[in-house]
Amino acid sequence: MSSPTLPPSESFKFSMLLSDTRYRGMSLQVITFIIFMAVFFWLVDNTIKNLALLDKDVSFNFLWLRAGYDINQRLIPYTNDSTHGMAALVGILNTLLVAFVGCIIATILGLFVGILRLSKNWIVAKLMSAYIEGFRNVPILLWIVMVFALLTEFTPAPRAFKGAEPEATMLFFESVAITNRGTYFPAPVLAEGAYWLLLCFGLSIVAAIYFIRYANKQKKDTGKSLPTFWVSSLVIVFPTLILYFAMGQPVSLEYPYLKGFNFKDGIHLRNSFLALTLALAFYTSAFIAEIVRAGIMAVSKGQSEAAASLGLRPNKIMSLIILPQALRIIVPPLISNYLNLTKNSSLAIAVGYMDVRGTLGGITLNQTGRELESMLLLMGFYLAVSLLISSFINYFNRSFQIVVR
Amino acid sequence: MTNIAFVRKKEIPPSAPPITEVGLIGWLRQNLFSSWLNAILTVLSVYFIVIMLWDFIPWAYGGHWNTKSLRECLDLDPDVACFSVLAARWKQLLFGLYPAEEYWRPTLTFIFLLLAIVPILFPKFFRFFWFSIIYPGLAVWLLWGGSFWSISIVYIGLTFGTLLFLSLIRRYLKNYMIAAILAFLFTAVFFLFISNPLVALLNVILPISLPFVESLKMGGFTLSLIVGVTGIVASFPIGILLALGRQSNLPVIKMICVGFIEFIRGVPLITLLFVASVLLNYFLPPGTNFDIVLRVVIMVTLFSAAYMAEVIRGGLAGLPLGQHEASASLGLTYWQSQRLIIMPQALKISIPGIVNTFIGLFKDTTLVSIISLRDPVGLASTIRADQKWNGIYWELYVAIGLMFFIFCWGMSQYSQYLERKLKTDK
Repeated sequence: MSSPTLPPSESFKFSMLLSDTRYRGMSLQVITFIIFMAVFFWLVDNTIKNLALLDKDVSFNFLWLRAGYDINQRLIPYTNDSTHGMAALVGILNTLLVAFVGCIIATILGLFVGILRLSKNWIVAKLMSAYIEGFRNVPILLWIVMVFALLTEFTPAPRAFKGAEPEATMLFFESVAITNRGTYFPAPVLAEGAYWLLLCFGLSIVAAIYFIRYANKQKKDTGKSLPTFWVSSLVIVFPTLILYFAMGQPVSLEYPYLKGFNFKDGIHLRNSFLALTLALAFYTSAFIAEIVRAGIMAVSKGQSEAAASLGLRPNKIMSLIILPQALRIIVPPLISNYLNLTKNSSLAIAVGYMDVRGTLGGITLNQTGRELESMLLLMGFYLAVSLLISSFINYFNRSFQIVVR
Repeated sequence: MTNIAFVRKKEIPPSAPPITEVGLIGWLRQNLFSSWLNAILTVLSVYFIVIMLWDFIPWAYGGHWNTKSLRECLDLDPDVACFSVLAARWKQLLFGLYPAEEYWRPTLTFIFLLLAIVPILFPKFFRFFWFSIIYPGLAVWLLWGGSFWSISIVYIGLTFGTLLFLSLIRRYLKNYMIAAILAFLFTAVFFLFISNPLVALLNVILPISLPFVESLKMGGFTLSLIVGVTGIVASFPIGILLALGRQSNLPVIKMICVGFIEFIRGVPLITLLFVASVLLNYFLPPGTNFDIVLRVVIMVTLFSAAYMAEVIRGGLAGLPLGQHEASASLGLTYWQSQRLIIMPQALKISIPGIVNTFIGLFKDTTLVSIISLRDPVGLASTIRADQKWNGIYWELYVAIGLMFFIFCWGMSQYSQYLERKLKTDK
């Protein structure tokens, strides 16, 4: 038996670092790394020199100094005596509020438009595709300023509501006032005992969730499906409703009313907030509609035909066969659109809404002259939000993707 | 006995379908009134369209075009559009503060742009591709002006470098990397030491130049197109490289690409534009200050390159692994297989995403108004700040929106055409 002869090993030559595939990758990486580090240190060095020239240092102490400016919309207590850090926090909460409300509206609208876009009704389908194309092909900034103009220019001033025969009236049984200073809604007032009501409501939701779990288990074990929707709705609504009347209606509504030249009480939504939220929601809903449509169309027709041949009814086909498969396709891009909405909310500056870019990246930056630190914090915030969301997408993909091979 | 059985001897001629199933009525029944729900939806939609048009058509049709101010419009008839603002300011909306006697330059640049994209969009005209290559330099020279030679020298240098690279590979070296490094070094030497005296010499021999126009004068749709088109052209190759880097099995390169992509995608474009306008001076050697439009273009390009990279990565992930393996087993090198096998297929899959990124980039050019450059949206507020047009909204916004709509919608239509054309399977 002869042992296989090895080819004569070539002696190592320096040029092999670039020509030999065994070493080329390594040397490429080393070169890239050196260039990368060189550029990095060059930038840091420049920054240090520039800061020294301007006689500045890098410090985040300004966050604990008095801010000295007012923010017209705040979710937590804040006055101009509060710190810059608090101002940044108010801004962050304002950003998250716009993002949250905007995402909800965009999802509902997007689902609605996306499904109607698939309608067999010719005129409805065309109308919906006009909606989608219109919102998708015009810059979001333009939509924001347009909605803002609509809200401020075409709504009556509060004084138009005055007098025996006012020019403008409040909507929904004198409860909602749309004015050029914002929209006023009734605010819920919690009297004594209202917390029991909230507790009861929370408990009923938990009970409903348990019932749904039980129903699903029943279905898996026996194949019999229980009327989940009706029972859980009743479980959620009834106990709270009974308790509400039994305790003598502890939650009441505080209606906005006209006092002088402005409305008092109630929840006041500023036009800047409304314009930003609505424009972002409309714009994003157009993208969501396309995602929904693509998701539903991606489920092959054979699936619904197979389900029909098994004897399932149309609504069961939708809920048991089509939607679970479509959702798997819809959810990841849907979430990344939520992320886009959140990032687009930084356009708040166009309508003067005080989001985190307006407070931390705007007034604080200008007042303290801490451009570097403010921008770092601002980018850090957006990065944190987006990494959080994208890790959620990854988690979703891992847990819901069809396992192949 | 009579036979009561009846046998038809002749075939009955086919009767016409019921009137409710064909023609206009049939179409209406099938498409608009197939069920109660559909009928209600139809009626609601028609009602909606009618009230929209009821207000819009008289407003737009009766609009004033030649009044001097908004006041005059309102005095004439407050219920119709006042398009006079467009008549008075359309030059500004198109060209910003570009000197009026030089308007022919951006116009010519735009016409050349249309000509330059034809060979790229339609393969039939690919023989005119040389024009697309010289276009960028031509556009820069036309828009900013200055000496013709200082732009052409860039082309001369790059041609020199490319030819050097090709001849090195053909004649002397087999290794691409060494040839590339050598060609790069020689080209750098050319730009550092030879180009300046050469330009000076050419300027003396044959002076061709246009009056210089500074960047802050650029505005309106000219600015949107400058930022948008440059961003689109530059972000595509960078996006491809980033996507390949992210897929690469060299950990350092992969890490740098992933870090870059995730960072850029994680922050809003506005913050990047602020970095470009406020912070960039910190990162550059003291005393350097370069063109604001260039800074914005760079930021927009990097921004959309990151998104492009993700779109292309999606396309790459969509390819079956067998394609990589098959091309490797044919003995193709990494770049050969990328160029001939992988990229054509991956790019085809990702056309819709790529075009969406382009559209997004073009729309995002409006954000430069926030760092006080004069793009159409920024100009709209400048115009509204004018005493004469204070209080005007819709005429301006509708006009600007329509311009953007035409460009973006055109791009999406082209992408659908391309998808249909490249479709190889059913």
